[in-house]
Amino acid sequence: MSMDYYREYILDHYRNPRNYGKLDQPDVHAEDSNPLCGDQLAMDLLVEGDCIKEVRFQGRGCAISQAAASMLSEKIEGKTVREVVALGKDDVLEDLGIDISPARTKCAFLSLRVLHRGLAIAGLETPNIDEEEE
Amino acid sequence: MAHVQRTVEEIRADFPILSRRVHDKPLVYLDSTASSQKPLSVIESMNTYYRTYHANVHRGVYALSEEATAAMEKARVKVARFIHARQSKQVIFTRNTSESINLVAYSWGNANIHAGDLIILSEMEHHSNLVPWQLLAQRAGARLEFIPVTDDGLLRQDIYAQLLQQGPRLVAITHMSNVLGTINPVQEMIAQAHAVGALVLLDAAQSVPHLPVDVQALDVDFLCFSAHKMLGPTGIGVLYGKRNLLEAMPPFMGGGDMIRKVGLRESTWNDLPWKFEAGTPAIAEAIGLGVAVDYLNELGMENVLQHEREITAYAMEQLQSVPGLTIYGPTTESRGGVISFTLDDIHPHDLASILDQEAGVAIRAGHHCAQPLMERYGLSATARASFYVYTIKEEIDTLVQGLHKAKTIFKL
Repeated sequence: MSMDYYREYILDHYRNPRNYGKLDQPDVHAEDSNPLCGDQLAMDLLVEGDCIKEVRFQGRGCAISQAAASMLSEKIEGKTVREVVALGKDDVLEDLGIDISPARTKCAFLSLRVLHRGLAIAGLETPNIDEEEE
Repeated sequence: MAHVQRTVEEIRADFPILSRRVHDKPLVYLDSTASSQKPLSVIESMNTYYRTYHANVHRGVYALSEEATAAMEKARVKVARFIHARQSKQVIFTRNTSESINLVAYSWGNANIHAGDLIILSEMEHHSNLVPWQLLAQRAGARLEFIPVTDDGLLRQDIYAQLLQQGPRLVAITHMSNVLGTINPVQEMIAQAHAVGALVLLDAAQSVPHLPVDVQALDVDFLCFSAHKMLGPTGIGVLYGKRNLLEAMPPFMGGGDMIRKVGLRESTWNDLPWKFEAGTPAIAEAIGLGVAVDYLNELGMENVLQHEREITAYAMEQLQSVPGLTIYGPTTESRGGVISFTLDDIHPHDLASILDQEAGVAIRAGHHCAQPLMERYGLSATARASFYVYTIKEEIDTLVQGLHKAKTIFKL
């Protein structure tokens, strides 16, 4: 099952991450790391009106965490804030298209966590993904 | 010490877990540096205690309590002899290495470290031998200095000598690195520290399980290690200290068992080692640790070391044959059975996932609780394979096959 993790498109996002880098003057900046494994992720957003105009992310970590971040960045660019706020774990899993074992969920959801932190800093509501895990 | 030469196959038969399968493949356990597996004798000894003579220790005058107390104190004597302590009262039972180090940092540290005092650590410390000293330095206003690590994973002895000239109160370093496998030249380093009047605490979490350690020959002041990395149970560790130091130190935690006489406003303390063992201890675990020591004694620590040197040399050779693989740390001569590596652009977590699923191989991936060391090498994570008395060459071969499989999956 796990070897499904490393499908071609996941490796492609890992090796050629979309929207990689940072913005000079982001409206929203957030970062987080996974204390257990040291994976790091930072995300910048440019918000225009109620639209996520631009997204950039930077990070170090495993193929799952970095591919998930790359896919999430593609997903949210151009979306309205309301649409982005509504995104949850299911959306990330759907994009990854693989079954994630419990040991790797933190990798898969690191970018979503960072996105939510950014939205929270910007004063927007976000779903509580930690409670879902229980 | 007399010991029986046994084959690795015979040794493996003593470890029930080694016969289980993982993802429908035989388990290949290469993470003993995180925690070792346990022989049946250790598991059974704790069962026997609970089934036949469980009672609290140092309290009752009835048979069960006397038996439990005798078993626990016998374990203390075994541990003391194992590390060549002069007296068993110099062996304090704690929860683990971290608690042993914290005990010294609080009890000895609060009384002896003052504003401006210097503590020398190294860049290769486990967080356990780093954070307690950061906390002490913050409490006391003390200074921390660090012995740097060379590119090939050795401590910079020239800088250590310079730091000693600044008159440190304490040197707290690891005997053996849990990441690089480096076995540090602690005999010389302790003598040098003593020459300038500094005490030395050794983090021996990785050394006591894997090589002969003689606290008197080393002349070390404090030595800390955990049972679960040396075939024993979790939940029990050891602090060894020189008698004069331990006698002078105030208690770490207050409670039952650590007192002589208690009044409402003040109390006096029990003798060593109980002064530092507040509350009901980990009795079964102490007994299990004693049996783990018996097991290691029967093998002979020289033989344990020799076996690991052979396995490590073989693993170094086999791993170096994998294209794109980078090994961190020193050459085989100055390292124990720990190998940290990376493979091309495959993140160590992905590598560990693939090895687990495809080969049944358990390795560690991450920063190994040594983030400053990772940063020293510009890494966020490595994969780490580690070996023990039950590791066989066939398991190294399985590891290497798994690494090739990972390269295929990652299209390398």
